Amino acid sequence: MSVRTLPLVFINLGGEMLYILDQRLQAHNTSEDNSEKGVWSEYDRKRVMNDIVGTMFNKGFMDELLKPQQLYSHRTLKTVLTRLAHASIMRLNPASMDRLYELMIMAVKYQVFLCPRPRDLLLISYNHIDTIRELVKETPVALNQVEEAHRKIVEVYSSLSEGEFQLLRQTLLIFLSDSHVRVSLFMKNKVQNPNGRFVLSTSGPVPHGVDIPGLIRTFDSKGKEVKQSEFPTGGSYTSPIREGSFELHGDRVIRLGLNMYTVNHPEETHTSKASSVKHTDDSPNLLAKEELNQLARLMGSMKAENTPKSEPYFRINLFTTDEEGEEEEEEAAERTAGGAEEPLFGVLNIQAMQDEQVATELARIAGQFTEGEEQPDDPSSSSSSSNNKGDDLLAMMDHL
Amino acid sequence: MYHKEKSIQIKNSASSLYNNLSVQRIAPRHLTYFTVVHANVVNMVSASWDGLNYSHRQLQSKEPNVATSTSLIMQAAFCVLPSRDLLVVTSQKGIQMYESDGSIMVYWHALDTPETPTAQAIFGRGISAVGQNYICVGVSSGSILVFDVPSKGSNITLSEVLEEHNESITDLASECSGSQECIADLVSADDGGNLYVWKSGEEFQILNKIAGFDMTCSSVKLWKGTVVAGYGTGQIRIYEAVTGILHAEITAHARWIYSLDIAPFSGLLLSAAEDSLVRVWHLTLTPETNSVEVAHLHNECVTDTQICGAKFCDGDGYAFAVTGYDLSEIIRYTQT
Repeated sequence: MSVRTLPLVFINLGGEMLYILDQRLQAHNTSEDNSEKGVWSEYDRKRVMNDIVGTMFNKGFMDELLKPQQLYSHRTLKTVLTRLAHASIMRLNPASMDRLYELMIMAVKYQVFLCPRPRDLLLISYNHIDTIRELVKETPVALNQVEEAHRKIVEVYSSLSEGEFQLLRQTLLIFLSDSHVRVSLFMKNKVQNPNGRFVLSTSGPVPHGVDIPGLIRTFDSKGKEVKQSEFPTGGSYTSPIREGSFELHGDRVIRLGLNMYTVNHPEETHTSKASSVKHTDDSPNLLAKEELNQLARLMGSMKAENTPKSEPYFRINLFTTDEEGEEEEEEAAERTAGGAEEPLFGVLNIQAMQDEQVATELARIAGQFTEGEEQPDDPSSSSSSSNNKGDDLLAMMDHL
Repeated sequence: MYHKEKSIQIKNSASSLYNNLSVQRIAPRHLTYFTVVHANVVNMVSASWDGLNYSHRQLQSKEPNVATSTSLIMQAAFCVLPSRDLLVVTSQKGIQMYESDGSIMVYWHALDTPETPTAQAIFGRGISAVGQNYICVGVSSGSILVFDVPSKGSNITLSEVLEEHNESITDLASECSGSQECIADLVSADDGGNLYVWKSGEEFQILNKIAGFDMTCSSVKLWKGTVVAGYGTGQIRIYEAVTGILHAEITAHARWIYSLDIAPFSGLLLSAAEDSLVRVWHLTLTPETNSVEVAHLHNECVTDTQICGAKFCDGDGYAFAVTGYDLSEIIRYTQT
């Protein structure tokens, strides 16, 4: 399949991640009691955004992504994206990261699925880049990195044919197959059904370069048209809208890839599974040797330039499960805040373990995403043997 | 004209690949085989005609000497030759040929894959049985591999490599009317919409080239010397194979066409696209006036589904089957 998917995957998934984090951090900023410890100031939020964008668009990382290569598995991508998210002073608990990943995947799936023409995948990516540029416009270093990366993307992708873009899209669709997590924002906007599938309309403008269906034309052997007849299409299609710009700057016209979280309230980014269909690589087997090598190269090329080791990290729980759970969460926070395990960290809130099964599952996931750099004696590193290699890899990455 | 029947559930969802459904009727055993590709697996279902028995099998893309990575499958198609039937599967690593029930692999051909990936993706795509004893398979480089298949056994050999296309092959089709009078017996299509018309033999000959218009031809059929081609623009074009004369042009779909099929005994044409629609047409060829008539007969909308495979289940077009991206079923329709 296509060997050009990775840069677009990172820009689109990473872009969605930044949109969500930006919105969630602003939501946390609107807490009623401003004297509460750990409230995110505008300065903190901007810092997180700049740190993540800086790492994501780092020249070395981008160059690694732009090399022709196969698309990674979900497990590898999630590992790298978690690392990206943690390139700042922010720390996400494993449950938050899982939910974040689900949301990112569904947003990108929506965009790829509904992309009018295969080439428009590029416009969707440019929408993400344009918005990211806005987020870091006051930080010249990060802004410059984004512009440089954008230039390289334009250079690499401008010459691809429509068929090559469709192959790229098909590769992405295979990667995104069988994800049917329901996102409340999508359901509210009527773009997703209760069964988790996206709505595909048979009305509206046709993509640029496509003719409105409905006509049969027949010709004689000299090429002259001899007959024209219409047929019922079963839809109501209209003329295409103007084409978006593929330049570094310009009106992209299509709306897919723009930040859809800006005008919404925090509670609307709920996700729920319609049906649990496991991705085939969810088994506890190790990553294939090739993928481990790819992961090593990628993580090694990510330079966490902006992460000061002496400063405290701030934990954040992105998605509260329900309003009634808040009281339980406060009690849990009080209990653990007094614990000796994490004296250095400002805790915002801890997700209450309401279910033993959930607790076990979270502990297992936590073992896979141990924060090796700031908690070298974390007890979760002694979890089951199949997770040890993952831990070692992550630890190794930090020393590169 | 058609009504929906009970769907066949398959173990995985269909992947978004061109022509992602292959059907073979085994009349003596009252069975129909279906194959649908999902990532690195071919899902095979054998369905009895009385609708009572279904048996499933999965073929994984197994490549020798590749211990770690899995290879994505691009296409699986039944190839029916006078002497035997084979199931051909193409992937990023090579071409596999199985007995048509998927029980035994009889042949494996590796594609040249360099150690470090180059900018050009490498895979096989486009499968067709041609003439008495050939199976042709397209490659992403634009080459077409011609395999010589003996009437039994695994002594399949690569007979020729046709190097005419400059872009990735998308689909291949052989003359399906059964008529001995047709000169052309193979048409090949590529990512630029270019079509080559061939005569098979010890050395394949080019009979004609029909230039594309920079838009992928994703699916192609050859019937009674007529090429029917479906494009990414949603257009269907009908050409006379040997002369390249354009007989008809249909603005058939609002999105990329993914599959075409022809029922050779009745002249019914099936088209399916990412716009969620399947359309049934009728083609009438009048050799005396060298003209083609196209009539639209029927539409089926598979709600919210980007269709990736559509095939008639029999030579008259009495029934057809459909697959869609992310759908774990084969949807069937029968004439009322």
